[in-house]
Parts: sequence; C-alpha cells; structure tokens
Amino acid sequence: MGEIPDADGIGTVGNPVCGDLMNIYIKVKDNRIADIKFKTFGCGAAIATSSMITELAKGKTLEEALKITRGNVAESLGGLPPIKMHCSNLAADGLHAAIEDYRKKREAEK
Amino acid sequence: MDHTAGMPVDEHVLEVMMPYFTQNIGNVSSAHYFGNEARRAIDEARNKVAELIGAEKKEEIVFTSGGTESNNLAIKGVANRNKDKGNHIITSSIEHMSVVNTCKHLGKQGFKITYLPVDKYGTVDIEALKKEITDKTILVSTMYANGEIGTIQPIKEIGEIAHSKGTFFHVDAVAAAGQVPIDVQDENIDLLSLSSNDMYGPRGIGALYKKRGTRILPIIHGGGQERGLRSGTENLSGIVGMGKAAEIAKANMATEAERLARLRDKFIKGVVDKIPESYLNGHPTKRLPSNVNVRFSYIEGESLILSLDMEGVACSSGSACTSKTLEPSHVLLAIGLAHEDAHGSLLFTLGRQNTEEDIKYVLGLLPSIVKRLRAISPLTPKELVT
Repeated sequence: MGEIPDADGIGTVGNPVCGDLMNIYIKVKDNRIADIKFKTFGCGAAIATSSMITELAKGKTLEEALKITRGNVAESLGGLPPIKMHCSNLAADGLHAAIEDYRKKREAEK
Repeated sequence: MDHTAGMPVDEHVLEVMMPYFTQNIGNVSSAHYFGNEARRAIDEARNKVAELIGAEKKEEIVFTSGGTESNNLAIKGVANRNKDKGNHIITSSIEHMSVVNTCKHLGKQGFKITYLPVDKYGTVDIEALKKEITDKTILVSTMYANGEIGTIQPIKEIGEIAHSKGTFFHVDAVAAAGQVPIDVQDENIDLLSLSSNDMYGPRGIGALYKKRGTRILPIIHGGGQERGLRSGTENLSGIVGMGKAAEIAKANMATEAERLARLRDKFIKGVVDKIPESYLNGHPTKRLPSNVNVRFSYIEGESLILSLDMEGVACSSGSACTSKTLEPSHVLLAIGLAHEDAHGSLLFTLGRQNTEEDIKYVLGLLPSIVKRLRAISPLTPKELVT
C-alpha cells in the first residue's frame, strides 16, 4: 500500500461522498505489472479488496490483469457478504482504470 | 462501549423477574389470587416507571413492547384521534427511524409533516418551530436527547410553544431516560416514550406515558388490556423487570451521571487534544453523560470499528458502510457534516461497567489506528502522513 510517485498509470475510482475512494498506482515493464500499490478511503472490505487486487495483479501481463474480475477478488478473500460486493467491483475497476491510464499515456507519447 | 446497541440486564432486575416465569404466572385479567398478585406486581412496576419521570399518576403509564412501539402508538395514536382538528405534524430532522418512518407513513396517508432543521450541535431550531406551528398542527414530536450525537433538546421550551397553540407534545426519551432527570409535568410533556433495554432492563418491553386528558387511539386491538390502549396479554416478567430497572436508574442517577460525564469528558479531551483533525459531534455541554461521538478526517468509520474490534473494543459509527441502507447517518448530515466527514465518525456509548482503565485503554489504541488508516487513505494531506 502507498503511492508510486512516478507511476506509469493511475486509476481513481469511487468518490468520498459515497464513502469509498480508491487510487491504484502501477509501474509497467515489458507489458507486465512490475509494481502496484493502492491508497483507499473506505471500509474494511474496501481496504481488503484493494489490497488483494494489488497482490493478484502484481507480475501479471496487462492482458491477464484486465481479466481479473471482482469475483476473483472476493474468492481470494474467502468470500464477501453481498452488501460488500460493490467494494470488490470498485477494486477491479480501479485496476482497469490504471491500465487504461497507462495505455492512454503511451498513446500520447507516440 | 456500544451501549446503545445492547446493555446487560442488571442482576437485581433479573432476580426480581425470575419468579414471574414459573411461579407468579397469573394473568392480570383473572379474578383469583394469581390474578390479584399479577395486578399488584404490574401496579408496582407502573408506579416505579411513573416515579422515574415525575408523572402524576401511575395510570398514565402504558406498557408496550419497546421504544419503537411507544413511538408508533404516540404519533399514530394522536394523528388518528385528532385528524378532525388538523393534519399537521412537526418533528425534527434528527429523530430515531421509528419516528421518521412513522411520520413518513402518515405523510402518505395525507398528513403534512414538517421536519425542523437543527443547528451544528444538533439543537432543534426553536425559531423555525415558532414559524411552522399553526392551529392545524396536532402534534409536535422531538427526542429528549439524541442517542447518536448526545445533544439534549430544550424540551420545556418546545413544550411551551406546542401548548401555546393547543398542540400535543410527544417526547421520545428512549436515549435519555434513566440517565438524566426528566419531569414530564414541569417540562410540558403530554406523551413520553421509554424503553426498558436502554436502562439495563430486559428487551421487548417499553412504556408510553400519556398525560391524563391526552386522547389517542390504540394501534393494537384485542382484549382491551392497558385500559384499551394496548391489547395483548401483559408481558408480566418484562414489566416487573422494567419497573425494577426504572427504580435502580432513579436511585443511582445523580452519582452515575456524574461518574459517566467525567469519563466522557476525559475521553473526548483525550481524543480531540491528542489526535490531529479529530472533532466532537454534538453539543459540548448539553450532552448525554454516556455519549462520546467523535470524527476523524480522511478515514472511514467501519475500518475504525474493525481495527478496534480486533483489540477487544466495541463501538459504532455513522458511516454509510455500517448502515443497512449504505447511506450515512441522517443525524450527522442534518448537523451539516459533509458526507466524507459523516463517514469518519465513531460513537462510543459508555455504561455502568466502563471504568477509567477502559478509557485509558482505548485512548492508547486510537492514535496508532488513526495513523495507520490515514497512511492508507488517498485523502490524507502529506503533512499528516508522518
């Protein structure tokens, strides 16, 4: 957990009004997620899911990372109560947003 | 430290209740010895509850299944009985959901409901009340004190305004009764809701004080118990328990209130002085002795609760994540907190078994928990993440 100051991609999802805000930071090398960190304002499930997704995504290729679903996150945590499933949704969205951000930056550089 | 969620039944209360499960099982409606004994027991309990709140006659106490039912009976009871006089009901924006949803229901039935605003401490806006009340207003209903932020309302003044227009005044005293002295006659109160489990009595029993002359219609119909106001075989063991709980609360009130207030203030000071960007929710002095409601910027309540739970401390929060509806507490929003701040609130309600050591223990845990969660949060400004 924490920030990556020179991150290659940053995904921000949720909003504090709803009570959940996640930032996912990634560093990409050779199309793989070399490093990934999170910062979360939210409940226990929000913190757990964002932490878990960084563990699931680290070392994966971007394509593999994009395939990680909220179901995978919930499963890795041993299940989540239904009312907390939206938190795992947020984590998956955050990761995808970070990868999107990275790809957009790459496009811009070209 | 989550006494609003549940309190242990006082051992003396449990003791007096026991015979009423297997031996003293008379029905109040019976004409024989057992019935007489049951009637005597209920009257004694009724007296004790009446004494707790300064009611003139014990007959003014009606036993119900709890605070929620008492609130329903008071509000619906007045509304249905007096709708020929008017259709306007005034309440506040920080009431318990049993009042809010009852009013919403009546709103759908054609009554006009006004929800008075509160100031940043949660005190009802008296000027707004004076403006809103008309000859068509049949009921004003406010809580004696708010169980979430602890703020005690100017009850006597509100009652005076209600009576100046011939309006009935109902007070939900569930959070306050047993903790602070209440005098229904002096404070201009016509109806008052009480709950047994909020004063170390058993769950499933409560009471409604109804001043003589206040006309209401019952909401439960049947055999006509409680002078027709609340049918159903009386929960004798519960009623006896509630009576005892009321008696104990009254006897201990002065010393216990002083003790709790001291612990409360020590707790609040320990948080607000030691932890940066932490604030008190609710009024600093006109406050329930047991209530500590604080908020921490940049972090969220449920994660605080879980962290404290792992260290053996139980408390609650007004954050959205801890509510069934995923909405933050309407009380915290009503006092003007932004959503993010409402999410970062923590409620501790102290009780008879809490000691100074407990306070010291929690004060020892909080700073590092807050620090850790702030390090994880993207909202925390750099200066705080040291």
